[in-house]
Amino acid sequence: MKRNEDIILLIEDEVQMRRFLRITLENEQYRLLEADTAKTGLAMAASWNPDIVLLDLGLPDMEGIDVIGRLREWCKAPIIIISAREREHDKIRALDAGADDYLTKPFGVGELLARIRVAIRHKLVQESGQRESEFTAENLRIDYSRRQVFLDHAEIHLTPIEYRLLTVLTQHAGKVLTHRQLLKEVWGPSRVEQSQYLRVYMTQLRQKIEPHPARPKFLINEPGIGYRFKYDPGR
Amino acid sequence: MDNQRPDPDTLLMRVEKEEEGARQGKLKIFFGAAPGVGKTYAMLEAARRKQEEGEDIVVGVVETHGRQETGKLLAGLEILPRTSYPYRGKKLLELDLDTALSRRPALILVDELAHTNAPGARHKKRWQDVKELLGAGISVFTTVNVQHLESLNDIVHQITGVNVHETIPDSFLDRADEIELVDLPPDDLLQRLREGKVYIPAQAEKAMTHFFQKGNLIALRELALRRTAERVDEQMESYRRDMGVRAIWPATERILVCVGPNPRSVRLIRAARRMAAGLRADWIAVNVEAPTHVRPSEEDKRLLAEHLRLAASLGGETVTLTGNQVSEEILNYARSRNVGKIIVGKPTHPRWKDKLFGSPLDEIIRGSGDIDVYVITGDTAAPEKHRTEWVKETPVKPGDWFWSIGAVVAATGIAALMFPFFDLTNLVMIYLLGVAITAARTSRMPSLLSTLLSVAAFDFFFVPPYFTLAVADVKYLVTFIVMFVVAAVISGLALQVRKQAEDARRREKNTAALYGLSRDLARERKKDKLSDIAVKHINEFFLGQTVVLLPDLQGRLKVLSTAQGTFAMDQKEWGIAQWVFDNRQSAGMGTDTLTAAKALYLPMISSSGPVGVIGVLPHDRDASFPPGEIHFLETFANQTAMAFERINLAHEAYRERLNAESQRMRNTFLSSVSHDLRTPLATITGAAGTLIRGGEEIPAEKRELLIVTIHEEAERLNNIIRNVLNITRLEAGTVKVNKEWQSLEDIVGAVLDRLSDKLNPYPVQTSIAPEPPLIPFDPILMEQVFTNLLENAIQHTHPGTVIDISTHRRQAFVQIEISDRGPGIKDDEKERIFDKFTRGKDSGKGAGLGLSICKAIVEAHGGRIWADNRPGGGAIFRILLPTGEEPPQFTDDRQSSAANNDD
Repeated sequence: MKRNEDIILLIEDEVQMRRFLRITLENEQYRLLEADTAKTGLAMAASWNPDIVLLDLGLPDMEGIDVIGRLREWCKAPIIIISAREREHDKIRALDAGADDYLTKPFGVGELLARIRVAIRHKLVQESGQRESEFTAENLRIDYSRRQVFLDHAEIHLTPIEYRLLTVLTQHAGKVLTHRQLLKEVWGPSRVEQSQYLRVYMTQLRQKIEPHPARPKFLINEPGIGYRFKYDPGR
Repeated sequence: MDNQRPDPDTLLMRVEKEEEGARQGKLKIFFGAAPGVGKTYAMLEAARRKQEEGEDIVVGVVETHGRQETGKLLAGLEILPRTSYPYRGKKLLELDLDTALSRRPALILVDELAHTNAPGARHKKRWQDVKELLGAGISVFTTVNVQHLESLNDIVHQITGVNVHETIPDSFLDRADEIELVDLPPDDLLQRLREGKVYIPAQAEKAMTHFFQKGNLIALRELALRRTAERVDEQMESYRRDMGVRAIWPATERILVCVGPNPRSVRLIRAARRMAAGLRADWIAVNVEAPTHVRPSEEDKRLLAEHLRLAASLGGETVTLTGNQVSEEILNYARSRNVGKIIVGKPTHPRWKDKLFGSPLDEIIRGSGDIDVYVITGDTAAPEKHRTEWVKETPVKPGDWFWSIGAVVAATGIAALMFPFFDLTNLVMIYLLGVAITAARTSRMPSLLSTLLSVAAFDFFFVPPYFTLAVADVKYLVTFIVMFVVAAVISGLALQVRKQAEDARRREKNTAALYGLSRDLARERKKDKLSDIAVKHINEFFLGQTVVLLPDLQGRLKVLSTAQGTFAMDQKEWGIAQWVFDNRQSAGMGTDTLTAAKALYLPMISSSGPVGVIGVLPHDRDASFPPGEIHFLETFANQTAMAFERINLAHEAYRERLNAESQRMRNTFLSSVSHDLRTPLATITGAAGTLIRGGEEIPAEKRELLIVTIHEEAERLNNIIRNVLNITRLEAGTVKVNKEWQSLEDIVGAVLDRLSDKLNPYPVQTSIAPEPPLIPFDPILMEQVFTNLLENAIQHTHPGTVIDISTHRRQAFVQIEISDRGPGIKDDEKERIFDKFTRGKDSGKGAGLGLSICKAIVEAHGGRIWADNRPGGGAIFRILLPTGEEPPQFTDDRQSSAANNDD
């Protein structure tokens, strides 16, 4: 869902990148604010209270992690990081520090817009304060209140862990969740280092809800980072 | 022949010498004719001037002997404290060499160069200390009297009657960069002596009074002046040679001097040196080893070695010849070396010896032909009573006596049998035969006994009156005498032959030992094996224990192998060994340096410098190495050094080859990558340029096409860069394989999702085995592998071709297969496609790196990847990955019914 007048704050030091993003996003009817240094970006965030923050990790005057840290002291807007580095480690750190999603340069425009849409949707859900009572994606429907999962209108049976896993993923539909985040949410803080649990259960879950488990359309593995429930809120 | 260009080799040598010289410190000698002329004073004055110029000066050793004026000059100079060595209840103060070396001044003052150090000091002589200081780059000022020069020692003795024992080798004086002659007319010196300004040690007073006579002083002054002039002359010659100014050079004159163990050889050697210096000739000291019945004693051997060392230190070449005829050997050699002058000593033995044994001197003179012969007096002082020990042979075996007696008895028996039929003369022959056999089998004494007994027996049994020792006919006395002489000669000859045979055997043994060593060394390629071989051979020959020390990268010595036959070294010994390595000089037992060491340490020197140190510890602690043996040991050490050098060079050559090879590969890689990057860039720039220029005029579809092309080429560029980065990182070893328990299904799913656009036209069939659910691998790297393989399949097949991905378990591995139904792979390419830079038939895209990256990653996981052709057409890539040990266990619920009550 996109609303008119959604404000996106872009903190990016590369001129060409800003130009490209400006043209693309303004074409999509977003309002764009631009900052070329972290300091300017933080200042602008404070004054304008944007809806989304697009943050490049390779800023000259401050580490991306630190920017996220500062923002998250008071700002609840979704942060999407743009990283040129292929280092998964940096992305995980950013996500664990409070970023919501990431894009790796070079990225496709479709991917960019999808991420933005997902981020806005979640923001709305959070702001409304309500918990969604159900979730639908294509032929999958989850009734949170009754704890029922329907595939092609037929109820399927999930173990408590599988259910919990699916719930966490769909409540952040479209957004990436790190292994750590998933483990913490599903198994509790004591198991955050044991990602093999996650894999086994993901495999099982895929078996149950994916028509082609080896070529999933919902439960996507982002190697080295985590998992994402693939979902595009649409225009 | 006026100006001749010096040839390039000599110039090069000179440059190298200069460079070497630049590293060394500069030596300035203050030279004087006698004590008291003011050398120390002059030295101190010069030092003070230097200090005023700002140089860093330190006083090592300066003897003021209480002279006030000298003492005053010391004020303001930094004086190094001396080390004290206790000796016979006294404390002797010597130069503290180690402190001087670590202090590293620009210049150090060391008085009295010829001084002998106290026992316990590192070097025996102070001039050796100075040599080490110079080697460390420290310049030295020092003082020397003319009587301390080795080559002039005997002349000074002749002039003054004073025997000077402390000498320095002339080569050291020659090596000095500057010599300043401190000259004082004899009258002035005598005046100073009267005023008490000249230091004379208490014990030497009487001798010194005799020393300080005007005639002596004049002669000494002349000596000193002349020596200095000689040096100036040499410098000028050297300068002229450098500049290429070459006077008419006479054919190099050569002088030969005959030396032996006789102490008068010392005088001959010095005379030879003086003559050679005067004539600017080379000179050779020759010793002839005659394996006669006169066998040299240990003392003789030592003296001879000393004389040869002296000759070498004075700059002569030393040669040892062997032969029976001394004169013949010398003359032959002299002719072969183009010797123009021979120096011999005047005979000192009584004339009858000459008559009897022949005079080598006479023969030399007679046979000299066009060579000049100089006959020089021996020492006037009576040489110490020195006997050529007649014999130092093996002790007589008791069996020998029986032989000698038995031979006589047997001869008597045979003669008795022959007596009735044969003449007496024949019987004599029998006895002679007996003596000859005895001589051949035993040594001197039993042969002598045999001779005497034979005569006695012959007389007793066969000469009338029988059974008495009396003689009836006087003529028989002659018979006896002749018989005795003949017997003696025979036995002498037989003994000589045996000794020659023994000598030859000994020499052969030496040579064989050396040959054995070099043969074994030549075969080896490993340093520790070389070390073992050297130890083995040295121990065998020299009866001791050996240790081979090699330097590490910082030049500190380390023991390579502690095999049998090596000995352990304590801290002090390590220090000595390190010193030997740094200074490239032998030290330890049997040498002049650090004589208190447990063992003897020899540097191993090859043509490219020192390669290590060999330490030898003889079994018999009290034995010392005879000088000939040390020389032979050095030969062993040098052989070993060459072997080590060979290995070092081989390693270097190998490294160079590797470097060149990898450099070449890098260049090929770079040029290939450069091309592959430029091609898509060219398209992008071109297409974009066209769009910019054309703008509205280009029809829409064409514009669309250009834009799509730009996009595609940009993606291709992305791929190439990604591959290049990956392969570079993989090859540099900076990629760590982070194996985690991962699910293949996860990875395959991720890759299929990521490539979903490209894979759109291709139906993909997957079949992932459920067991094992998790195997260890690095997710990011394996993602790369799958991506590359799928992209490869896309590249080589038409849209619509089915692509299969399957996994199944195979014992301790999981086998992954990715196959297509495309053209397949030619048999001869199955291996090559995994190499860098190869391209299949018609790819032309990508730097050909994709598959080699797959291979590198799979192999880094301990797996295998290979390509095959699918039955039915198409290529199939197979990967084996180890499944690792037990996958982790899970303690959670698996299946349970109703929803639980969490959150």
